[in-house]
Amino acid sequence: MDVISDQNWLLSLGTFLPLAGVLVMLLIPKREELLHKQVALVTALGTLGVGIYTLTQFDYDKAEQLQFYANTEWISVIKSGYTIGLDGISLPLYFLSMVITVLVMIYSWDHIPSPGNPKAFLILMLVLQTGMAGTFIAQDLILFFVFFEVVLLPMYFMIGVWGGEQRQYASLKFFLYTMFGSALMLVAFLALFYQTDSVSFSIPYLIEQGINIDEDVAVWIFAGMFIGFAVKVPMFPFHTWLPDAHTQAPTQGSVILAAILLKLGTYGFVRIAIPILPQAAVKWAPVIGVLAVIGIIYGALGCLAQKDMKRLIAFSSVAHMGFVMLGISTLTATGINAAMFGMVAHGLITGMLFFCAGSIKERYHTLEISRLSGLLIQMPKLGWILGFCAMASLGLPGLAGFWGEFPAILSAYNPAPALSEPLFRVLMVIAALGTVLAAAYLLWLYQRTAFGEPNPEFTGHGHAHAVGAAGNDEHHDDIHDVNVFEWIAWTPLLIAIVVFGVYPQLMFKVMDPAVTQLVEVFNK
Amino acid sequence: MLAHEHEAAGWFLEHAWLIPVIPAVAFAIIIGFGKKLPMKGSEIGIASMLASLVLAVGTTWQWIQRVDAVHGSEGEGALARGVFGFARGLVPRAAEGGEPYVEPVIRSWTWWQSGGIEFGLGQHIDGLAVMLLLLVTFISTLVQVFSLEYVRGDRRYTHFFASLTLFSAGMLAMVLAENTVQLILGWEIMGLCSFMLIGHWWEEQANSRAALKAFFTVRVGDMGLLVGVAILFGAFGTFSIQETSRIAMDPATSQTVLLWAAVALFIACIGKSGQFPLHTWLPDAMAGPTPVSSLLHSSTMVVAGVFLVARLYPVFYNGFDIAQNGNSANLIAIIGGITIVIAAGLAFVQNDIKKVLAYSTVSQLGYMMMGLGVGAWTPAVFHIFTHAFFKCCLFLCAGSISHTASHHSFDMKKDMGGLLRRMPITAGAWMVSTLALCGVPFFSGFFSKDEIIDNADHNGYKVFFIVGLIGAFMTTAYMTRATYLTFFGKPRGAAAGEHHHDEAHAEEHELGLATVGHDEPADHTSHHEHEAHAAHGAHDAHGAHDDHASHGKPAFGIVGESPILLVFPLIVLGFLAVVSGYINAAPFHIEKFLEWVEPRASEFAPAIDHATFSWAKAMPSIVLVALGFVFSLLICKAVFGEADSKLKGLTQRSKVLGAGHRFLVNKYYLDDLYEKVIVHGVAHPIAQAAYWINQNVLDGIVNAFGKGGRRTGEWVYKYVDQGAIDGLAVNGSGKAARGTGGALRPLQSGKVNQYGALLFGAAAIGALVLVIVNI
Repeated sequence: MDVISDQNWLLSLGTFLPLAGVLVMLLIPKREELLHKQVALVTALGTLGVGIYTLTQFDYDKAEQLQFYANTEWISVIKSGYTIGLDGISLPLYFLSMVITVLVMIYSWDHIPSPGNPKAFLILMLVLQTGMAGTFIAQDLILFFVFFEVVLLPMYFMIGVWGGEQRQYASLKFFLYTMFGSALMLVAFLALFYQTDSVSFSIPYLIEQGINIDEDVAVWIFAGMFIGFAVKVPMFPFHTWLPDAHTQAPTQGSVILAAILLKLGTYGFVRIAIPILPQAAVKWAPVIGVLAVIGIIYGALGCLAQKDMKRLIAFSSVAHMGFVMLGISTLTATGINAAMFGMVAHGLITGMLFFCAGSIKERYHTLEISRLSGLLIQMPKLGWILGFCAMASLGLPGLAGFWGEFPAILSAYNPAPALSEPLFRVLMVIAALGTVLAAAYLLWLYQRTAFGEPNPEFTGHGHAHAVGAAGNDEHHDDIHDVNVFEWIAWTPLLIAIVVFGVYPQLMFKVMDPAVTQLVEVFNK
Repeated sequence: MLAHEHEAAGWFLEHAWLIPVIPAVAFAIIIGFGKKLPMKGSEIGIASMLASLVLAVGTTWQWIQRVDAVHGSEGEGALARGVFGFARGLVPRAAEGGEPYVEPVIRSWTWWQSGGIEFGLGQHIDGLAVMLLLLVTFISTLVQVFSLEYVRGDRRYTHFFASLTLFSAGMLAMVLAENTVQLILGWEIMGLCSFMLIGHWWEEQANSRAALKAFFTVRVGDMGLLVGVAILFGAFGTFSIQETSRIAMDPATSQTVLLWAAVALFIACIGKSGQFPLHTWLPDAMAGPTPVSSLLHSSTMVVAGVFLVARLYPVFYNGFDIAQNGNSANLIAIIGGITIVIAAGLAFVQNDIKKVLAYSTVSQLGYMMMGLGVGAWTPAVFHIFTHAFFKCCLFLCAGSISHTASHHSFDMKKDMGGLLRRMPITAGAWMVSTLALCGVPFFSGFFSKDEIIDNADHNGYKVFFIVGLIGAFMTTAYMTRATYLTFFGKPRGAAAGEHHHDEAHAEEHELGLATVGHDEPADHTSHHEHEAHAAHGAHDAHGAHDDHASHGKPAFGIVGESPILLVFPLIVLGFLAVVSGYINAAPFHIEKFLEWVEPRASEFAPAIDHATFSWAKAMPSIVLVALGFVFSLLICKAVFGEADSKLKGLTQRSKVLGAGHRFLVNKYYLDDLYEKVIVHGVAHPIAQAAYWINQNVLDGIVNAFGKGGRRTGEWVYKYVDQGAIDGLAVNGSGKAARGTGGALRPLQSGKVNQYGALLFGAAAIGALVLVIVNI
């Protein structure tokens, strides 16, 4: 495999720069809250700067090759190397993680969730950033695994300390669930290592060798990776950690979780499982496809049953990731492109929806759908943004969400030659049904929360005000429209949703060569 | 293959793609800066529509030239035989079969690529596209002019114009779509605008519910659009409409694929064009402001489904075997036929003038669909054309009445009556349009509707011929009733000057904020009317005016008539309701639609057979229209008139009639089926069950694992750790450790990578343990 090794310090810099910020922050006393915020934001912006520089240096004509490739010795005993590189598949996600971290930092400026302590909160976020970026650049299974696990811990604390009422249950569930998946994944990695003559954990090497593994063995190895990644995606029936984690996590945690963390799973399929073990992928694809489509319908039904806005958005992730997995399961370039696009689109849109939910919660102190109404009257701008995101999320053409969904449906009509056409065509129709349900739960949510008259409970001069305790009074005064930090944090996401919707080529151009190369093996 | 291919197509034809781009840009400007402009953005909307209209006229002109250049036999200048070409005498009927196919003007740009698939944007300009471009830009312009006055002072005035403009952009983009993806794009943008505009006054729950229902019902159909396009692409490998048509015409193409694609796409058409059984959203959509009803929900957006069938006609034609002899029914014709009758039946029992018109629209869309289903492509497309003018006019008349005479009420029984003298222009426009709608000879509707009925017979679809005739009878009957209630008899309620809403809404008008929270009355029907009523009563005004003094000067100094901005579009549309039919008036052998719009038989289009017009064949429908008029007038006189009559209160006295009436009033209980059974079924029991499984079964397993794990842990801790290991191993190995510590020392002080290896080894063992514990 050809690689480009120019400027191969760039990715390490982008990945580990946040840790420099962490070191600085460790030296600053906890009470200097403003300084912590400044340092964290500057670090995140610096990282983003490196990310932008990476974008400019990336050779888009060779997007199928690993660029900024570095390969040095790391743990030589087990033949694991520090192998990193970036191609068209990982670039969008790598960059997205940096953008999201910056935006979340900005949002945190005046939204540090209780019990406060910005020092710890922001440090965790920076560590998280290193873990996420590292996962997307790792080209060595052990390195990948380490970064994959590094992500886990900050998120565990974020949910467990800054989360909602049931944070401990949710964070533990999240941690154990993912650990369980990771354990099987690690076993699979080890098996892969032994099956390929114990030479290297390098992904490019394994892609060359993996095809030679006996099919029966490969299917079992794939199974281990499948569970590890499927938990992270999450795919039905491994999704039950997600609604709890999302609902209990602080807004920032939910946004990062939705925007980046879920993608680690799907990315794992595209980067590791499928290219290394194509012979097993063909066997597993129908299973993945069926589970994906169950997830689409099941997630949508779950949404319809929700009474809490944030939990509804969380369940919608199950449905949306179902579309992503359906695209992947077709093992075609169109399908995987759609999946990659869908990942980024879902990150932008659902991230934005969680931002909205967080801001609504902050103002109303509840996300109970039946108590919210008339948001458009009390907060017209936030109401419009919510409507915009709902439309994007239900897959309106012209906004980013559509280009993840529609091509995925399209690709299911003609899956890879080795797969069963009738099965995937049935899946296609059921997935299309999912778009109807998506419209149902999102519009239903929007109609009930945004339209109508505001609930007298929150209008400030309703009876609730008179009846409520003195401590409640200030709650009603909180209800203000989008503030400046929110605008700064949200505008890039909103613009990106439109830009990628209007001109999807921007992303497809980057991914397409790498994906096309990836699926070549299935077209034989 | 043809010489003209190499000729330049003309600037307007080459640049027709600008037509949707202009309003799209205007939309962005209105949203961005509209509120700061002197006319709050409405000027941008109207200017963009006018610009598009000019381009559309230019395109039409050049298209006609192009057609004439190809057919070229007539020799005269093409322009001279423009819209009013009939005045120049009888043009010989276009000879069938022998004429060459006029190449559409197709341009395409790659939008994006994925895995070797190209998604493009472009234009596909042929007769059908040109006709609709002209129609949509024209009606949009008039409706925006009407809206200037109608929604004056509305709180969301700017948003209203922004949405109208975006709608036009979406519709125009769909009409000239070069490929099916672009078609979906325009289609969905229209759906979004429909949602925004129906829910324009979203403070009222009824309106937001109607908006939700409209979007959602159409979305159910859209599922078919996604699947249909996927099937066509998967099977044919192209999104291009022309290529798709060509492959669909190819005898070698599998009929099964075509059938599946046609069924899927037709489901989308059912949703969008309000066909049975998904028609229920359209009458509810009348909750939107009247200009919206007249533009989106009668003349333009709802014909998108008909357009889709007409656009990809080869797929439907061959998929459903429309031409096959002895094939007397197919899905399109059946659905269209059912829709005609079912909607016309419902139009009888409505008291809301807009709902009469809404059901009438559904019924007329049924005619168009049935026409396509029986192979009458040209008459069906022609019916889109004529229907747009007279139905838009009727809606605007209703708006004019409610704006000026009935104090924002649409209830014919309560607040109208006797308006003929007071609003002569509105009444005149209404009458003319009604005559056109009923299909009275020499009015536009006659030429299109009668052709559909005639061709149904001609093509061997006997049943649908009869359905068409029944529909004509019913149409006349319900329109006579509506006309009678509105313009004749004594003025009632608001029309008589009773301002019975003023007290109720005065306060809200001042606040500019309606807090009407109607409790649901027990009676389902009065509930609906009440909602619509309250909605308009409360919001049409939006605090801008409480008395009629602020309505602006009545047009032409006629006391009681609406202001000029409202009346002007009525006059124009009323005029067109009469003359638009003469573009393709079979009785006079003027068949410009055949010439300019219908694609000639070729590898891209099927050969369409036409019935020859004869007055004898038209007689049954003319007689039935007359009968419908007389029958309905007599009943109206008896039921609503002054004199006492046995017929009054008959539905209360007769059980059979009462049951029938109730059945109609409840809309065949279809809404109940959808909302109470299906939606509630999915949203409640099914969703709840799925969620229950999630919480109790799937999560239960996880929690059980967790608990089991903890118990195991406790057990291990108690017996293994504290007992065995701590007791024996640790304490015992303490001594040993001191010894091995020395041995391990090189490890700790040694290389980092060795340390890593150890860590890794420990992780691997830990992982294995975890696996074993978990399994």
